[in-house]
This record gives sequence, C-alpha cells and structure tokens, in this order.
Amino acid sequence: MITKVQDIDRVFKAMADPTRRRLLDLLHRENGQTLQALCEDMDMTRQAVTHHLQLLEEANLVVIVWQGREKLHYLNPVPLNQIYERRIEKFERSRLSALRDLKKKLEGDDDEKT
Amino acid sequence: MKKPDYVYVTYIATTPEKVWKALVDTDVMRQYWVGPSGECARVNVSDWKPGSRWEHQRVDDARTVDIVGKVVESTRPRRLVFTWARPQDIVDDSKHSRVSFDIEPHGDGMIRLTVTHDELERDPKMLAGISGGWPMVLSNLKTLLETGRVLPRSDAAA
Repeated sequence: MITKVQDIDRVFKAMADPTRRRLLDLLHRENGQTLQALCEDMDMTRQAVTHHLQLLEEANLVVIVWQGREKLHYLNPVPLNQIYERRIEKFERSRLSALRDLKKKLEGDDDEKT
Repeated sequence: MKKPDYVYVTYIATTPEKVWKALVDTDVMRQYWVGPSGECARVNVSDWKPGSRWEHQRVDDARTVDIVGKVVESTRPRRLVFTWARPQDIVDDSKHSRVSFDIEPHGDGMIRLTVTHDELERDPKMLAGISGGWPMVLSNLKTLLETGRVLPRSDAAA
C-alpha cells in the first residue's frame, strides 16, 4: 500500500480531539469559512484555533483556498472515505451484516416467532 | 468572485498523465466512478475539446444520462473544467454549475488532485445531491491508481 501509515495516523490523531471535530462540524454546516468566522463559534484564542486548523490541514481534512486576501477553510472528507473504504468496507461488511441479522433475530421479526 | 461550494483534495502516488487518462478515458473511469448510492458504474463521455458537450452516463444497457455539460477548458495533463447540469437544462446556461480538476505534481512521485465544484447556487437541489458523491469517487480513483484494484462490485446489500 502506497498510502503512508503516517497519513492515516494523522487523520486519526486529528479526529481524536473534540475541538477539531467541532471545527469540522462548523465547516460541514458552512463550508469555506475564514479563521475569523470560525473563531466566533469557538470559545478559545485565535492562536489555539489556528493550531487546531493546522493539524486538520496536515491531515488533509481541511483544505485551504485563497480568494484574494481571504484564506478560506474547506472540509475535505476524502481521507475519511479512504479509511472507510480500506478498513471497514473491505473487512467488515460481512460481519456487520451478520450482526444486523442477529440483532433482527433477537429483537424478533413477526415471521420468526417461535 | 464567488467562493467555491466544495473543494476536495487527494494526494495520489501516480503521474499527472495517468490521472488525466482516468478523467477522460471511459475504460478507466468505469473502474472507479460509481453512482451516488454505489450502484452501477458511471462514465463521462466526450471528445474533451473546449466547447464540446459531455455526458455523465450509466454503464448499463439503457445508458441513462444523468448529467450533461460543456467542456470549458482542457489542458492535458494539468486542468480540466466543465459545466454540470441536468439534461433538461443543457441550453439554459444560467443553471449550470462548474467542476474543475487541477492536477499538480507534489514531489516524491505524488500528485495533488483538487476538485472544485462551484456556482452551485444556480441549482440548490443539485448542491444537496452531489455533496456525498465526490469524496467516494476520488477515494476510489486513488485506490485504483495506487493499487490497481478496481471497485468491488456492490452486491446490493438490500
């Protein structure tokens, strides 16, 4: 696999922090925000928000677009899709559907009464 | 200038030429481009010359066309730009949004592929419709180019 282990580590580390997840949520609600706009919704210093955004950018979860002098932050879910595709979908799909079947059975379908 | 609606970036261990081919060659495209709910593959069909029409077709017997547009810019292997609209809006430019692919060498055998979708405010329903699709398409493209692995045929988890 050519995708480096460090890349995946960065994504998990970035996602492990509630502040950074909140920043991603804010961008999900409104994409392409400036640092100033994001700070208005965050109860912390501008420096702290900048630091968290930097880590999200290094994980490629946030992408920067310069528009004139404005630095806009965009949510980039592609690395999350990669993790889903390679680590969950491939290995776990059959087990997940087995679990779903079990749950259905235990919770009782109408046509499965004993 | 309006700000873009969506910007997606992926880094791929490949060459700009291979990414370009994946964007314009239907034989490659059908191996990674899936529909919004993971069903049948899709291909974009065009001669990719500026001003030409392109069509987003389902790879099935009916070859249903879901999206159409016009090629705006085609600079191999760096930049591909086209408009994006419903088939019934093909003549109504005011409803077209725009998709740009930028391919940049990123050093160390990597490229950076950026997909920008803008002017979606012209068709708000489309904005909601496309938001889930691009990350999946780009993720599949990265997997194909790096591993040669094609899409698992989605065995309809109905």
